[in-house]
Amino acid sequence: MKAMQDSLLVPSRFKAWEPLLWLVAFAAPWVVPGHALIVNEIAIVALFALSLDLILGYAGVVSLGHAAFFGFGAYTAALFAKLVMPDPLTGLLVGMAGATVLGAVCSLTILRGSDLTRLMVTLGMALILLELANKLDWLTGGSDGLQGVVMGPVLGRFEFDLMGQTAAWYSLSVLLGLFVLARRWVHSPLGATLKALRDNPLRAMAIGINVQLRLAVVYTVAAGVAGTAGALLAQTSGFASLDVFALDRSADVMLMLVIGGVGWLYGGVLGAVVFKLLHDVISGITPQYWTFWIGLFLVVLVLVGRDRLLKPWSWFGKPKAQGESV
Amino acid sequence: MSTVPIVLKTEGLVKKFGGITATQDVNLSIAQGARHALIGPNGAGKTTLVNLMTGVLEPTEGRITLEGVDITRMAPEQRVQRGLVRTFQINQLFASMTPLETLAMVVSQQQGLGGRWWQPLGANRKVVERCEQLLSLFRLTEVMNQRTEVLAYGKRRLLEMAIALACEPRVLLLDEPVAGVPAGEREELLHTVAALPADVSVMLIEHDMDLVFDFATRITVLVNGAVLTEGTPQEIAKDPQVKSVYLGHGEELTHG
Amino acid sequence: MLTLLFDGIAYGMLLFILAVGLSVTMGLMNFINLAHGAFAMVGGYLTVVLMQRYGVPFLLCLPIAFVGAGLLGAVLERTLYRPMYKKPHLDQVLFSIGLAFMTVAATDYFMGSQQQIMQLPEGLRGRTELWTGGPFELGMGHYRLFIIAVCAALTLGLQYILAKTRFGSRLRASVDDSRVAAGLGINVNVVFAATFAVGSGLAGLGGALGAEVLGLDPTFPLKFMVYFLIVVAVGGTSSITGPLLAALLLGVADVAGKYYVPKLGAFIVYSLMLVILMWRPQGLFVRKGGKS
Repeated sequence: MKAMQDSLLVPSRFKAWEPLLWLVAFAAPWVVPGHALIVNEIAIVALFALSLDLILGYAGVVSLGHAAFFGFGAYTAALFAKLVMPDPLTGLLVGMAGATVLGAVCSLTILRGSDLTRLMVTLGMALILLELANKLDWLTGGSDGLQGVVMGPVLGRFEFDLMGQTAAWYSLSVLLGLFVLARRWVHSPLGATLKALRDNPLRAMAIGINVQLRLAVVYTVAAGVAGTAGALLAQTSGFASLDVFALDRSADVMLMLVIGGVGWLYGGVLGAVVFKLLHDVISGITPQYWTFWIGLFLVVLVLVGRDRLLKPWSWFGKPKAQGESV
Repeated sequence: MSTVPIVLKTEGLVKKFGGITATQDVNLSIAQGARHALIGPNGAGKTTLVNLMTGVLEPTEGRITLEGVDITRMAPEQRVQRGLVRTFQINQLFASMTPLETLAMVVSQQQGLGGRWWQPLGANRKVVERCEQLLSLFRLTEVMNQRTEVLAYGKRRLLEMAIALACEPRVLLLDEPVAGVPAGEREELLHTVAALPADVSVMLIEHDMDLVFDFATRITVLVNGAVLTEGTPQEIAKDPQVKSVYLGHGEELTHG
Repeated sequence: MLTLLFDGIAYGMLLFILAVGLSVTMGLMNFINLAHGAFAMVGGYLTVVLMQRYGVPFLLCLPIAFVGAGLLGAVLERTLYRPMYKKPHLDQVLFSIGLAFMTVAATDYFMGSQQQIMQLPEGLRGRTELWTGGPFELGMGHYRLFIIAVCAALTLGLQYILAKTRFGSRLRASVDDSRVAAGLGINVNVVFAATFAVGSGLAGLGGALGAEVLGLDPTFPLKFMVYFLIVVAVGGTSSITGPLLAALLLGVADVAGKYYVPKLGAFIVYSLMLVILMWRPQGLFVRKGGKS
């Protein structure tokens, strides 16, 4: 009985290397202050990728429009800081709340239909929001973007400095906090029912799971997390522009997740790091043809299969949550 | 004389797909504690009937009652929550999860913990104990930590049944549980089917007549979507109509 | 107003020719091919190069574009696409996005990133005005008339092939259920390959035809992919009349929307699509009993 319980609990326990990883992450802005801005960027997209993993890796929803929630969170937080009050944490919560509400509404759209329908519906949603942000330029600044978002100090004490250290630590803290919660989520009975839903929705229904409700719940939560990442971006960079809704963003984050591995939470973090580094390196060499190499990478990745291509990453001993897919 | 209550009843059940009538005016009653079998040639509409009962399909006409409650328009997951559980003819399992995880998930869901997100899956002792029982009952303990997709077919069929039982069914519909199972592993499955609690009402769809006659106290024969006849095993075995239906399809209806 | 309708129909028919290959591929191989626009682009660029560097007349370029893109499609189908059919949709999406990215970048490298100018032959320029000044004023650009004529002919041709030829019935059987079709002795591989090639060829033709109307630059596949997907998602994949009607609807809605409410722009199209897909997730025009 004990052995059985242990088997179940093992995945939910923290591995030895995990605290180490986070320690290194938090030390980075201090050890290499010149790169604090990059660390901030990575933390933000890692959070975004984490949110996508919740629906893609753990519930099987293929979305090309997740940036809708990222962008909505960004603009909400930016507007809140400009029009109401510049306190970062309050703004963060407002951004999160806004994106969550949008997620709840949008979740109605992804409940039925095939993968193609879902792809189109999610894509459509993001594009609609892009258009809306563009047209409502009296509110959003249109194609110029929302400028001049000045944030107050975090917790009333930590000013946002030019080096980006406060920003980096701020984003990392939010990332860590939400990561821990997400971890609990995926290893819980609820998380298990979501995996079941992903693997076999018919059987999930046949064991008493309200598939549509669960799907709506996870989509809403993922939207909220994505919105939080967007809010972080707006707050740490001081402005919000239309590209937060762009197809690029949705595609990039999916790419990151695929690179890092779908369905094991750290995939988003790992993918974010690798993607950003690759992007900087390759763009340095051939600025225009980043698209080509990333395209080639994708094609090879899918044809060859993750395992054979990315052997080094399997050192982390990640459990293969997805059977045949990358 | 005591009348045994009826737990699952269909009245005038009809299902049409475009021009095809798959289910014709089926009146079927399953008694409490029944060991009921549904037989009939291929294409008779047995699985369609189960799909109608469980809510996977919506009937064109008719009524379905579960323990007195009208469930005709009820969502499938709600029927399960009321105790109507089925197994599938083709295994419907969760490929990436292990038997232990699968059962832990189902039991948690059944005990109302399916919505809990802050506790790890293995934290609840009662859940783990029930899993232990089920794994042992279905001889799955040795493979409990292997991903379902790598399990042998026989083990998968056992898991298919274990999942249904983990739902604590009051009415259990088994759709050809031993289909495709190698002869050596049929024993395990048959033994477990026979050992089901007496208060669970069971309806079994089967082609294997030995199993049917061993198991059932009541048999319904379905042909072309309609009930041909119903009765005890002895009555069915002697019924000339049933014989012709089966002999006409090249099967022999024999039992000692 | 009639002019708008006319323009919308021309646009819609063009979209149909461009997207029909995608729709059939989706229905037949259950494969989400986001690189479909690349074949259209190939057709367009092939035409431009032939016309500008080798002086090939425009009308001759059209069938060449068809054949060129079709050949490319056949080769890619056999080599790259075939292993992908059984893979999960996510993989297919990633794979085809990767291909699209590669073609976009490669085209940018070889051809430059500027818009390509298409020189139409004399006979296709110009415009005919009917009932000018009245409420039913109709201004028909000759080129658009040409587009409508060509696309209508192609559509009729496709319908004929599907309904009356043996290949057509094999195709329809394979779309309905490829396993059963294979069991009946239909060489499903050949059907797939031929269909993919023809679909890509049509896309190439559409790219060549549409270069003047839609513009042609390396970002073409990504820009218009959304429109193709809308046609397929709304029109369904079990017929070709579905995508045809969807494309026409899309064409007219887009043109009318941009004229009457320019402030909202593409918003109308996206919202329309969203509403339709929510109302009928299988698409507006699914044939009863067909696979969705």
